Amino acid sequence: MLGLTKKDLNLMVIVVALVALAPFILNPFPEGSNMAQFNAGYPDLMQRFVIFGIFAIGFNILFGLTGYLSFGHAAFLGVGSYAAIWMMKLLTTNIIPAMIMAVVVAGVFSLVVGYISLRRSGIYFSILTLAFAQMSFAMAYSVLTPLTGGETGLQLKANDARILESVPTDGSISRANFFGLDMTSSYELSVGAWQFTFNTGYYIAGIIMLLAFYLSIRIFRSPFGVMLRAVKSNQNRMNYTGLNSRPYTLAAFVISGMYAGLAGGLMVAMDTQVGPERMFWTASGEVVLMTILGGAGTLIGPVLGAGMIKYMENIISKINSSILHQWFYWLPDGMEDFVVAIIYPFIGKGWHLTLGIIFMAVVIFLPGGLVEGGQRIARLFGRKKEAAKDAQSTPAE
Amino acid sequence: MDALILQILNGLDKGSAYALIALGLTLIFGTLGVVNFAHGALFMIGAFCSVTLSRILTLSYTVIDESQTDFLGNPLKVDVPYIHGWLGKETGDVIIDWAVPLSIIFAIPVMIGIGVLMERGLIKHFYKRPHADQILVTFGLAIVLQEIIKYFYGANPIPTPAPAAFTGSFDFGAMLGFDPNTIIYPYWRLVYFAFAAVIIGAVFAFLQFTTFGMVVRAGMADRETVGLLGINIDKRFTIMFGIAAAVAGLAGVMYTPINSPNYSMGMDFLVLSFVVVVVGGMGSLPGAVLAGFLLGILESFASMAIVLEYVPGLNQIIIYLVAIIILLTRPRGLMGRKGVMED
Repeated sequence: MLGLTKKDLNLMVIVVALVALAPFILNPFPEGSNMAQFNAGYPDLMQRFVIFGIFAIGFNILFGLTGYLSFGHAAFLGVGSYAAIWMMKLLTTNIIPAMIMAVVVAGVFSLVVGYISLRRSGIYFSILTLAFAQMSFAMAYSVLTPLTGGETGLQLKANDARILESVPTDGSISRANFFGLDMTSSYELSVGAWQFTFNTGYYIAGIIMLLAFYLSIRIFRSPFGVMLRAVKSNQNRMNYTGLNSRPYTLAAFVISGMYAGLAGGLMVAMDTQVGPERMFWTASGEVVLMTILGGAGTLIGPVLGAGMIKYMENIISKINSSILHQWFYWLPDGMEDFVVAIIYPFIGKGWHLTLGIIFMAVVIFLPGGLVEGGQRIARLFGRKKEAAKDAQSTPAE
Repeated sequence: MDALILQILNGLDKGSAYALIALGLTLIFGTLGVVNFAHGALFMIGAFCSVTLSRILTLSYTVIDESQTDFLGNPLKVDVPYIHGWLGKETGDVIIDWAVPLSIIFAIPVMIGIGVLMERGLIKHFYKRPHADQILVTFGLAIVLQEIIKYFYGANPIPTPAPAAFTGSFDFGAMLGFDPNTIIYPYWRLVYFAFAAVIIGAVFAFLQFTTFGMVVRAGMADRETVGLLGINIDKRFTIMFGIAAAVAGLAGVMYTPINSPNYSMGMDFLVLSFVVVVVGGMGSLPGAVLAGFLLGILESFASMAIVLEYVPGLNQIIIYLVAIIILLTRPRGLMGRKGVMED
C-alpha cells in the first residue's frame, strides 16, 4: 500500500498513531498532581517535537545516507524562516505561501552552498558548511539588517501592509492561519483530572511531518536512496565504475536543505517571529545531536532523537533543587543534601551538561543511537527465546 | 600609511591567537589524524587557568582595621589576602598584579595533564572510527567542558587585568616618524604577539632540533614504519597531544587581559581556527601559522572604516569568504601536503 513494504507500512502506521494521539500520550499525569510538570502535552512543545522532527528527518537524508556530515544545516532553517516571515509580512498571513516560499528559498540557497561545499568531502565538507552557516549568521546579524532585522529579528507588526489581505483596523496584529483557521486555537478536553489540548498548529505541523516522513521512506527505499548509500560505503569504487556521484550527493543536500527550510517555515507559522540565533552553529550542532542520538541512517531514529532532546530539554531544565529535595525527602538529612548536591549540576540550567554527556555516551557506546539500542535489547530477548527453543528441541532429537 | 600599519598591528594579536590554536589543531591532526573539536574548549580552559590562579592568589581573610573607620564611625573591615601574610605586603601585591603571566607556570602542567588524559581516556578509542565520529565525540566533549566551566565560574565574562606595567599603550607613530598618537598600540598586545612568536618558535625548534621531535616528525610521515622500528610512537604522540593542549591553553592564558574570558569563548575561536587550518593546509604546521596571521590581519583590514563604507559588514565574513575561495581554487590550502585527507 502507498508503495511501501509491509514493514515500512507498519512503521508508518505507528508514527501516524503517535502523532495523532500525542496529546494523550504526552499527558499521562493528571492536572495539579506532583508529576504534572512532566507533562509534555502542551501545544508549544508538541509543535517543537514535530518541527524538529522534520528538521532531523531531512538532515538524516544527507548524513544518514551519504555520510556527509554537514555542520551548517541551521543556515537553511534560518533562511527558510526569514523567507516565510517576509511572505507573511508582505502577502498574507496564510501559512501556505509562507511555507512554499521557505522551501523554495532554502532549496535555492542549499543548491548554492551544496554546489560549492560538495567539491570537497570528509572534514573539509564539514568545515565548509560550518563556514557558510557562520557567514550567513554573521550577515544576518550585521550587513543584512534591513532584510533580517539584525539582532531583534522580525515579527509580524500591526502595520504590515499585505497584498492579499486588508490591515486590521483595530490595530491588532493578525495571526498566522490556515485559510482562516488560527494556528494558536486549541480545543481542550477534560477527562476527570486529566486535561488534553488539541492544537490546530500542532496538527497541521504533524500532518506535514507525516508527509515528510513518508517522503523520506520513499527516498530511503528508492534506487536513488541506494545510490546515496553506495556513496557512503565506498565513493571511490563508485567513481571507478565511471559513475559521477556528485549529482546524487548534491540532490541529497538540496533535499535535506529543503526539509530544513520547511521546518524553519513551520517555526515561523507557529510563533510568527525569527531571529538570527536560529542560524548559529550550535543550532546546527543540535540537529546533528538529534540525528545521532536517535540513530543516523534509520528511518525513525531522527524523529525519536528530536523528540527525546526537546522533551528532556523542557523537562530537565524545569527541575530545580526544591523538586529534588521533594524527591529525596525519604533519605536521611545529610544523605539527602549530598544526593541533591550531586544531581544539581545536571538539572535546570545545567541541562546542556547532561546533553553533552548523553551525546558522548551515545557516540562512544552506541554509534547507532537509540534505534540500535532498541535492536540490541530486542536481540537479547530474541536470543533467549531461541536458546529456550533449542533447549526444548534437543531432547526430542 | 599610518592607518595601514595600525591595521597590521591590530591584526597581529588576533592572528597570534588563531595561529596558536591552529598550530595545536594541526599538531593533533598531523600526529594522530584526529579532528579535535574540543580544541577551542582547551583554549578556554587555559584562560580560566589564569582566572583560577588570580582567585587563589587573592584568597583573603577579613580583619578589623581599627585605624580606619567607615562613614558611620565603625572600624573598617579590610580583606587581606593570605599571600600578604606569607610574603609580606609588597611582594604579595606584585605577585597578585602579575597573576596572568604567572599563570603560564600554573597552566602548563594542568593543560598537559588534561591533554594526556583526554587522549588516553577518550580519543585513543577513536583512531579506527570514521572522522565523523571523532568530530562528534570531541564536539560532545567540548559541550561538557564548557558546561563544567560555566557551572563553576558562571556565564558572565570575568575581567582579568594585565600587570600594571603593561596597561598603557605604546606610541608607534612617534617612533616611526609619523605624527604622535596616530599609531597607538596597547603594550599587552605587543606582549601577546611576542609570546605567541616565542611559543611558535619553541614548538618548531622542539620538532626540528630534538631527537624526540625527529621521531615525531618521522611518525607523522609514516607511523607504521616508525612503529616497526621498535619505537613506541603512540606514547610520543600522546605527549604531542599534551603539548598541543598546552599551546592552546597558553594562548588562552595570555589572551585573558585582551578579552575577558567567558565559557563560550572557545567555541568562537574554534570555528575560526578550523577555517585557519583549512586555509593553511591540513597537516601543515607552517601553513597553520602563516594562515593564522594572514587571516587575522585580513580581518583587521576589513574592519577599517573606509572598507566598511564600500562593503558593509565585510569584517564579519571576510575570513569565511577567503576560506571558501581558497578551498575552491587551491583545495589543499596554502601549504597543504599531498596525500593528507585527500579523499
